[in-house]
Amino acid sequence: MNDMLHQIEPVIPALRRYARTLVRNRAAADDLVQDCLERAVSHWEQRRETGSPKSWLFAILHNLAINQFRGAAARARHVSIDEAGEHEFGQNAVQEQQLIYQDVLGKLAKLPEEQRAVLLLVAVEDLSYAEAAKVLNIPIGTVMSRLSRARERLQQELEKPADNQQGNVVQLRSKP
Amino acid sequence: MSNRPISEDDLHAYVDHALEAERQAEVAAYLEGHPDVAERVASFSDQRSMLRAALAPIAEEPLPPQLNLSRIIESKRRRPASFRWAIAAMLMLAIGGVGGWAIRGATEAPTGGLAALAQEASDSYHVYASDRTRPVELRDSTELVQWVSNRLQQPVKLPDLTKSGYRLMGGRVVPTAHGPAAMFMYDDDHGERLVVLTRPMTTDQNAPMAPHSGSDFAGFSWADGGMGYSVVGPGAAEQLKPLANEIRKQAQAI
Repeated sequence: MNDMLHQIEPVIPALRRYARTLVRNRAAADDLVQDCLERAVSHWEQRRETGSPKSWLFAILHNLAINQFRGAAARARHVSIDEAGEHEFGQNAVQEQQLIYQDVLGKLAKLPEEQRAVLLLVAVEDLSYAEAAKVLNIPIGTVMSRLSRARERLQQELEKPADNQQGNVVQLRSKP
Repeated sequence: MSNRPISEDDLHAYVDHALEAERQAEVAAYLEGHPDVAERVASFSDQRSMLRAALAPIAEEPLPPQLNLSRIIESKRRRPASFRWAIAAMLMLAIGGVGGWAIRGATEAPTGGLAALAQEASDSYHVYASDRTRPVELRDSTELVQWVSNRLQQPVKLPDLTKSGYRLMGGRVVPTAHGPAAMFMYDDDHGERLVVLTRPMTTDQNAPMAPHSGSDFAGFSWADGGMGYSVVGPGAAEQLKPLANEIRKQAQAI
């Protein structure tokens, strides 16, 4: 039981961060993480010892999020940059940095979901390519091609002038 | 220095610090000679840094109580999933039991009654009549009558069905929820077998003959003077009915 506590607990902040990029607000994201943790606790004995607890936890979280998306597919979800920037992301950043972060996160949100997931798992959450493949249940070659497309696409977005902050609305989930 | 060409995958792995030190150096050397590629890779590295910086504060937020793992473990331990299932199962059993009891009362089919006897006879027929190795325990009719009369604690008469074309094969004592019952088995020239079951009745001590049947058998049951009788055989009820009447007539003559 202690082993479980010590292996899961350090991953929770990362799970929260990843969840926050998947669903629209803090409360929904934390609910998702809570759901993930409850499942992890219940199924701890059934996990394969070979994989890292981290990728196992991310896989549970990702699958829960996917199921939730499917359930809510009919509902369009929009998040304003104001909300995303000030309330959902980085409260501690100084003003200028915050604008830059808002911009990059807003542009990240424009990526297709499948590309965004790979980029976040690899570049932010430090999962290996093999671990990301397991979490997303796709071949490693697909991880690499999605990563490549995600980076190219994000770069194109970043090279455009910064989005007008006022009243701008982006679709956080580009595909239903 | 290996001669492997630098691939697109290598460039991303370089950005993500996922290469072995040697390969990392090879990619770095390649980038020095290819400024256009180096610019692209640098922009990917910038993206990475920006994303990490922009998202870092989320991971630094204090955890809300709902994500306190010790609490989650504790609540799971108090009511583990399997325990919840056990409660559900017990509830289902309780509801089923109450429901079953109510239905039992409603349909007037007490377990000691004729319906139970008919069921026991059908069961014995299915188990023993199909047995090609040892369908009966005792073949000697005298020994058999003695045995079952002892076990049922009252004189039991063997029905004689030779006039109807059925010979006694033998019999055995079979268990029922209401104590031992005597089972007799008969067969005809075609090898068709039928089973007669008799035992003392706790309820339905006198009951008129009632038919029962299944997909591959028919039966008749009745009770006279505290003893219940049930005859089960293959085929249609019309063929069995005269046999049932004959058995009842002989039993009443005791």
